Amino acid sequence: MHGTHAVNTKPLDVNDQQFQKEIAGSHEPVLVDFWASWCGPCKMVAPVLEELAADYQGKVKILKVNVDENPDTASRYSIMSIPTMILFKNGEPIQTLIGFRNKEELKGIIDPSL
Amino acid sequence: MADAKNTIADTEKIYDLLILGAGPAGLTAAIYGCRANLSVLVFEQMQAGGEIASTDRLDNYPGFPEGVGGAEFGQLLEQQARRFGAEIRSAGIKEVSPAGDLQKVLTTQGLFYGRTVIVATGTIPGVLGVPGEEKLRGKGISFCATCDGFFFRGKKVAVIGGGDAALQEALFLTRFAEEIVLIHRRDEFRAVPYLQEQVFKQPRIKILWDTVVKGFNGEQQLEAIAVENVKDAQTAVLPVDGAFLYIGRMPNTTFIKGVETDGQGYIITSAEMETSLPGIFAAGDVRRKFLRQVITAAADGAIAATMAVRYLS
Repeated sequence: MHGTHAVNTKPLDVNDQQFQKEIAGSHEPVLVDFWASWCGPCKMVAPVLEELAADYQGKVKILKVNVDENPDTASRYSIMSIPTMILFKNGEPIQTLIGFRNKEELKGIIDPSL
Repeated sequence: MADAKNTIADTEKIYDLLILGAGPAGLTAAIYGCRANLSVLVFEQMQAGGEIASTDRLDNYPGFPEGVGGAEFGQLLEQQARRFGAEIRSAGIKEVSPAGDLQKVLTTQGLFYGRTVIVATGTIPGVLGVPGEEKLRGKGISFCATCDGFFFRGKKVAVIGGGDAALQEALFLTRFAEEIVLIHRRDEFRAVPYLQEQVFKQPRIKILWDTVVKGFNGEQQLEAIAVENVKDAQTAVLPVDGAFLYIGRMPNTTFIKGVETDGQGYIITSAEMETSLPGIFAAGDVRRKFLRQVITAAADGAIAATMAVRYLS
């Protein structure tokens, strides 16, 4: 659990502090999943994000924010429903998806942002 | 080489059984189909478990004395179906149509052929169709208390409906919300007595009987609900932070034409799950039936798969 690789092949769990740094410093689009352990549909999103992280490695960064532990980031983006996924480009949110989405739907928003 | 064969030659495989939907009906059908040596492919556009996966707890399914989490139950069903060899794909269904002796299923992931099909696509949440509902969805309006209740800690929320789901989720929301207003259009609930008793003795749940929702107010997020009493036509505006809609459901069948349905669109089957189309069976909540529960869905799935086996032999 020490050291980070330059390229993530798995979604990266971030806290409130790390979130800002990851978003601001990213040249690639960033897909952020807001989730919690008690949310059923969120559990179903997890494997989809794993696949996307592998498929888009080096092209898209995938972050996960646990809303239970990181209320600041969740409230900053007015999250009132989870799972919510927000796609960021150049530090700005460009698209928000509320509710479970399958791989193909997520690819549908990621691809135009590349 | 002949042109006529090209359409089917494009697909790598013809399945004995294509199952549309991975809820309790579809996955039980997959278990029974696989155990009878059929090749089985299941399509699911949301999550394994279907509607029950977004329920906090499943407390009335036999064999789980302490109840079981809805999402966990969905995952257990999926594991069990996979253990017997079912393939499960993430895809939405666009169209089901006959192709000679086969059934053609067009999905968001391409075209598939099956010798038989079980439609187990369940239902989708009903909407009120009132102003503000679409705009404020996810901005205070929710269809999933277990997902979103957390965001209403210490706040005031409304639950709209009077069935089991409405009462169960209202009770769940007492973990978070300061006040819960249960809005119901009639003067009595449809929910089972056990849930009604729990609701009546919960001081943080208030009940507005004979009341219908006329609209949802708010720009960036939900601020209030406009309501009307159906008996005296009195109107009121109820300030709330959140609203959870449990106002019944609609069958998910738009992709299939020519199958006999009732007035609401539920598929009519025989007691053996046969639809009006040969080779196509229906199971679970999508059928016209007396009781829509996990256990009756599972039973339908077992019968439908057994009938598919018989149809193929």
